[in-house]
Amino acid sequence: MASKDIYFVPESSKWPIVGSLALFTSFVGAAMLFNQSPNAKYVFIIGLAAVIYMFAGWFSNVITESLEGKYNKQVDTSFRMGMGWFILSEVMFFAAFFGALFYARVLSVPWLSGEGHGVITHQFLWPEFKASWPMSVMPNPTNFTAFKDTIPAFGVPALNTLILLTSGLTVTFAHWALKKGQRKYLCAWLAATVALGAIFVYFQAGEYHHAYTELNLKLSSGIYGSTFFLLTGFHGFHVTMGAVMLAVILLRSLKGHFTKNDHFAFEAVAWYWHFVDVVWLGLFIFVYWL
Amino acid sequence: MSTIAHANHDHHDHKPTGIKRWLFSTNHKDIGTMYLVFSLIMFFIGGSMAMIIRAELFQPGLQFVDPQFYNSMVTVHALVMIFGAVMPAGVGLANWMIPIMIGAPDMALPRMNNMSFWIMPFAFALLLGTLFIEGGGPAGGWTMYPPLVLQTGKAFPFLIFAVHFLGISSIMGAINIIATVFNMRAPGMTLMRLPLFVWTWVITAFLLIASMPVLAGAVTMLLTDKYFGTSFFNAAGGGDPVLFQHIFWFFGHPEVYILALPAFGIISQIIPTFARKPLFGYASMVYATASIAILSFFVWAHHMFTVGLPINGELFFMYATMLIAVPTGVKVFNWVATMWKGAMTFEAPMLFALAFVILFTIGGFSGLMLGITPVDFQYHDTYFVVAHFHYVLLTGAVFALMASVYYWLPKWTGNMYDEKLAKIHFWLSTIFANVLFFPQHFLGLAGMPRRIPDYSIQFADFNMVSSLGGFAYGISQLLFIYIVIKCVLGGKKATAQVWEGARGLEWTLSSPPPYHSFTKPPKVTKALMDY
Repeated sequence: MASKDIYFVPESSKWPIVGSLALFTSFVGAAMLFNQSPNAKYVFIIGLAAVIYMFAGWFSNVITESLEGKYNKQVDTSFRMGMGWFILSEVMFFAAFFGALFYARVLSVPWLSGEGHGVITHQFLWPEFKASWPMSVMPNPTNFTAFKDTIPAFGVPALNTLILLTSGLTVTFAHWALKKGQRKYLCAWLAATVALGAIFVYFQAGEYHHAYTELNLKLSSGIYGSTFFLLTGFHGFHVTMGAVMLAVILLRSLKGHFTKNDHFAFEAVAWYWHFVDVVWLGLFIFVYWL
Repeated sequence: MSTIAHANHDHHDHKPTGIKRWLFSTNHKDIGTMYLVFSLIMFFIGGSMAMIIRAELFQPGLQFVDPQFYNSMVTVHALVMIFGAVMPAGVGLANWMIPIMIGAPDMALPRMNNMSFWIMPFAFALLLGTLFIEGGGPAGGWTMYPPLVLQTGKAFPFLIFAVHFLGISSIMGAINIIATVFNMRAPGMTLMRLPLFVWTWVITAFLLIASMPVLAGAVTMLLTDKYFGTSFFNAAGGGDPVLFQHIFWFFGHPEVYILALPAFGIISQIIPTFARKPLFGYASMVYATASIAILSFFVWAHHMFTVGLPINGELFFMYATMLIAVPTGVKVFNWVATMWKGAMTFEAPMLFALAFVILFTIGGFSGLMLGITPVDFQYHDTYFVVAHFHYVLLTGAVFALMASVYYWLPKWTGNMYDEKLAKIHFWLSTIFANVLFFPQHFLGLAGMPRRIPDYSIQFADFNMVSSLGGFAYGISQLLFIYIVIKCVLGGKKATAQVWEGARGLEWTLSSPPPYHSFTKPPKVTKALMDY
């Protein structure tokens, strides 16, 4: 445990309540959008702007304190624990969607075609239905979009795998450079990582376009489309967030905020980046490949 | 910016004043107080909904409210009591007590702490606001099962986002507690010297981090099923409504322990104090709590025995459920063994703790009955289930929270509460909670379904008894508010130790404690924690 003679307790801060209010406004705006209420989009946009304002303000507050040397080893450890357990909560969020995917593939789709204890369901609901994966013909084809094909694993997804794995390497090289105090290399490797992240997102967007316009693979394409788009979509969103975080770290590196021994923010973002990397491997294997 | 230096450097009692003290707070005691007050308000809001439910059920037939509104009362009562009353009360106690129990100046991440609190009122504004919009509040039950919940009107997205919002708050709170306990302990406060309340809370925090995101995932799927044409829970598209129940209860069962474990911790603090003996089997209590937490991730399907699971699944989940009785039994026996040959006195906290041990055990036993698959086919979705979880949550969790308030109120306010009134509150609560919920066992066994505004006339007598108990229980809680306010305003001054048999760091601080709890880490020795 850290230096025991001095504790750090921050003074009152407006950011937590600004953040709560901002999130509240965004949620109200989003709910109004779903309800097609008038002026919903303004509420939503004001909310989102307030969320961004809160993040910018809160983080700049923390960065200032950090640069002023107010944080001791104990604060650093608290931040590390915070980030680590936050990433675990993110893992569990993805686990829910992977769970849905496995459940559909292993249980609900075979049951619908009469396997196991699904005999009666099959007979009375959709006796014509045959299980397959990817499931392009739904048990009840009306209201669902039958897709022509899925996105093959060994095309853009494999390339994206390579891109993300490489970005995992580049961020590690950046870390090594940081630990050696070579700021130039740190910035270069970080820039490479941000670029790789951006390329990944760009390819992913292209893929979605391809799926929607040519393959007729949509959110409404039954359980395959649902799991495909929600899993890859939330992952893509996390990559985007991770790339934004990396870009902020790059800006801070350019300003020389980090030292050899004191660069928790860099490490936190690197952990996050490795986390989106690992999730992608799961996606590549279970969504695209197998 | 206050970097708190040594104790003789005396700016630790300087505090912000006015409304800003509360809005912008970074103080664990202020935030804890806000949590507790919020939770008390929600307890009464949720309670008034329960009164509406019991009034409607006083007699067969439709009396006061239309069925849609009745259903939304059932739904919102549950959400308010679980997420608005019991959980925030637990977090409030954690905020107040954990730093002063482990010898820390504050929580590890004080600003995030304030955000986890301030999300709560906004999240409930989202949820409760739906009662006043076109179409009324959510009425598909707090478990939000599709396809029924997808028929919710304009309240639907508000419900989903309220759940997301509360999840964010819980996860931030949980992370904070873990960082505090693992990083802020005073020297000598080893893990196996931690007060049991701290142990149960840190284990609860892990449950929150692992289960709340799963709930967020489940309600997100509901949202996309309703608005974006996905078919997670639609068999016509290859999904399965039962999938929602699996994901929901993967969250839901750990959630039960999120509500119960802090209560176990409270009881494990109170019984040794008033038995004037150390807790029997400290280590086994820690391991039992951890076992309950781990097992809670492998029993979820016992909530869904009747949906048509494969037989192997039903057997697995039945046996796994039975296993939880083992560590829970360890706890009950340890509490009883702590009292054995103790020099017991029966102040209000101890009375509530004793009632907890007995009544929670009744709830545990009815839980075992429900966990047995073949008989659950009869009990499922009857009033027996309602009786079961109200024994666990009201005479369990809420009684423990009442006990904790009486136990720590002198520490918080510096004043003793009115013991005589507190005892009256205890007896009224205990008697009427049983009048309220015990007959519901019989109703359930006789076949009365839950979540129904009207019922067959053979259930009339027990329902009337239950309703009378309910009204009386509700009214007697007003006494609790009076006692708390009276204590806050004044009363006999409390000593630092407060209770003769109290042990631990929190009793070494003055009552009320200084604004920043420990500005200088105390030295924790075995003797401090011992008898």
